[in-house]
Amino acid sequence: MFGGAKAMRATALLGAAGRAMGIAAVVLAGAGAAGQALAQDKGGRTLEQVRARGALTCGVNTGLAGFGIPDDKGNWTGLDVDLCRAISAAIFNDPNKVKFVPLTAKDRFTALQSGEIDVLSRNGTWTSSRETDLGLLWAGVNYYDGQGFMVRRKLNVSSAMELSGASICVQQGTTTELNLADFFRSNNMKYEVVAFATSNEAIKAYDSGRCDAYTTDASGLYGERLKLMNADEHVVLPEVISKEPLGPAVRQGDDQWYNVVRWAHFAMLNAEELGVTKANVDDRLKATNPEIRRLLGVEGDFGKGMGLGADWAYRIVKHVGNYGESFNRNVGDGSRLKIRRGLNALWNKGGLQYAPPVR
Amino acid sequence: MSEPHAAALSARNAEPARPPHVFVRAGGAPDLPPPGLVGGPLAWAQANLFGSALSAALTLASLAFLAWALPDLVRWLLLDAVWSAPDGEACRRPGAGACWAYIGAKLEFFAYGSYPREMTWRVDLTLALGAALAVWLLWPGARRKGLGLALFFGAYPLLALYLLHGLGDYARALLGGIAALTGSATLRDVARNALPLVPTNLWGGIFVSLLVATVGIVVSLPLGVLLALGRRSKAPVARFLCVMLIEIVRGVPLITVLFMANTMLPLFVPAEWSPDRLMRPLIGVALFASVYMAEVVRGGLQAVPKGQYEGAMALGLSWTNMMRLIVLPQALTIVIPGVVNSFIALFKDTTLVAIVGIFDFLRAVDTQRLDPAWAGPTISATGYVFAAAFYFVFCFGMSRYSLMMERRLARGRRH
Repeated sequence: MFGGAKAMRATALLGAAGRAMGIAAVVLAGAGAAGQALAQDKGGRTLEQVRARGALTCGVNTGLAGFGIPDDKGNWTGLDVDLCRAISAAIFNDPNKVKFVPLTAKDRFTALQSGEIDVLSRNGTWTSSRETDLGLLWAGVNYYDGQGFMVRRKLNVSSAMELSGASICVQQGTTTELNLADFFRSNNMKYEVVAFATSNEAIKAYDSGRCDAYTTDASGLYGERLKLMNADEHVVLPEVISKEPLGPAVRQGDDQWYNVVRWAHFAMLNAEELGVTKANVDDRLKATNPEIRRLLGVEGDFGKGMGLGADWAYRIVKHVGNYGESFNRNVGDGSRLKIRRGLNALWNKGGLQYAPPVR
Repeated sequence: MSEPHAAALSARNAEPARPPHVFVRAGGAPDLPPPGLVGGPLAWAQANLFGSALSAALTLASLAFLAWALPDLVRWLLLDAVWSAPDGEACRRPGAGACWAYIGAKLEFFAYGSYPREMTWRVDLTLALGAALAVWLLWPGARRKGLGLALFFGAYPLLALYLLHGLGDYARALLGGIAALTGSATLRDVARNALPLVPTNLWGGIFVSLLVATVGIVVSLPLGVLLALGRRSKAPVARFLCVMLIEIVRGVPLITVLFMANTMLPLFVPAEWSPDRLMRPLIGVALFASVYMAEVVRGGLQAVPKGQYEGAMALGLSWTNMMRLIVLPQALTIVIPGVVNSFIALFKDTTLVAIVGIFDFLRAVDTQRLDPAWAGPTISATGYVFAAAFYFVFCFGMSRYSLMMERRLARGRRH
């Protein structure tokens, strides 16, 4: 979604470049198809290749606060990054055997299709066409995102339904702008749109008082909030007006690898649900709860079918932590973003995060 | 000399009486006032700042602009700036200026990207060696430049590659294999103790910007000269190939080439064959810089008078010697401004590699301003001011150096 916005802008800027590329793409379409076929021939062997290489290659964002961003030392951090580390922990018992490839919105899917990366964990929105046309599969949703609104605290607005008549700052030419129009039209509310070419300009205008509200994807909204003069004077409204399920994607044609990625995410969810954390995971090995015993590999061998060891989930929790810990550390209360769990709470706590059992 | 003094002088000299019809100069001519306003700052100001009404108006307008902008700028950049802080808290308080503490905290990332911190000495050493060689080559009075040239274009790239990249498993195995075959103990030790591999996805920051620029500059000058000579050559095949290459590469934007390299190339060739993600933009940038350089050099070749060619031929020089000794030295001297212009443009164009996911310096600055620990209203501006200063220092330095070289080289043609 973010990527989409950026991509559109870049395309507009580089119209000629894009056209030239289009022509080249047509000319070389035959070769492209061959390349893709080749990439798919490799199906069923991704895990083997990762093992042989000694490292997982993971496509991440070039910089999105809380999701994928290098810190002062150049170590990658973030919710999406933690998923890569979890997969690496499950395979190698080491969360650091990951080669992070920062990808722009334009080349992220190509990098995955061509086999340059093993998994794309880069806040990519799960849509039907991306699975059917691009030949990818989404292995889960590690963040339920959607468009939200930010307003000044002193406006005393507690719901987006109260925004009738408001002026709203938004980035031009994005799906964000279209969702905004849909939302206000379907709720029969009036609004004034103030559009800017970049999100930076839009947030600056909002900060200077040009608009009553600012809208973008909720995950970005919290990051943008930190750029404001007084971040605490602004609140993010609870409504989410669009569906942006973000998650890791893999190539089609390798079901084993698909399972590895998918269950790395599920293992983190199950661990949270069962109260297994990075700190108490060793202790929990002695637990009597059969669900915990199965998850941690004390009973049964549920990693075998994926080509992993029986302690695959134990390794993930030991090195990376459960989903709640990762969320809290990267985007939740443990970070400056302070994103509420909302839709991303566990299913038994009013959210949508639900993992099938390990058994 | 003052008036009363002069009067007293003439009165004293006038004492002896003289016939009235005889003119005898009795005293010295009165002293003229000193030519006060031919030198000094005031005269300079009068001549240059207030020479005419238009000039005076422009001066006043500029002064007014400075008076309007400077205080705020100084306050923001220096007085209200936050110089040291553990995190962004101090920079976020209202009224805070530039957050230099943020630059300090992120400087390592800006310089090295994700390069492992315990191995950054490898980058430092590479840059220091490069700088030393560059000074050797660029210093007008330096000796044995031929050796320096050979080192810079021959040995240095290989050494830099090894220092920065280290030896991968394949290279290690290959060396080990050769060692086993030849039974050489030294080779085996080399294979065992070689610098560990630092894959290019960890490279970033200033050093990648310098790397891209250096590769572009180092490749473009010789290749550009060859292409220019090829384009002017009488051999039809060579000329055709050079013209084709120059026109095709010059006919597409650099961004297109970068996009092609990073989004298309991986689809056409198997993953194992496609060049490294950093290598692709390096090749693209070097190729680009070369064809632009070729056209600049061609301009110089055309500006050399025909008599020089004819003179060289009359002396019986071979084509190579004619070019090497007579034509190219003159042609290259003429095009120094154009060459440096290309280098400066190239240096700034290196930021384009960011769009294919390479963490060059600007991209590194751009990413880190999103760090939640530091994010705040002044962080972006601070980062961009720092980046602008960095690029300005380099580009201005290149420009000054080229002016100096132009003056030195133009001595032969000065009247």
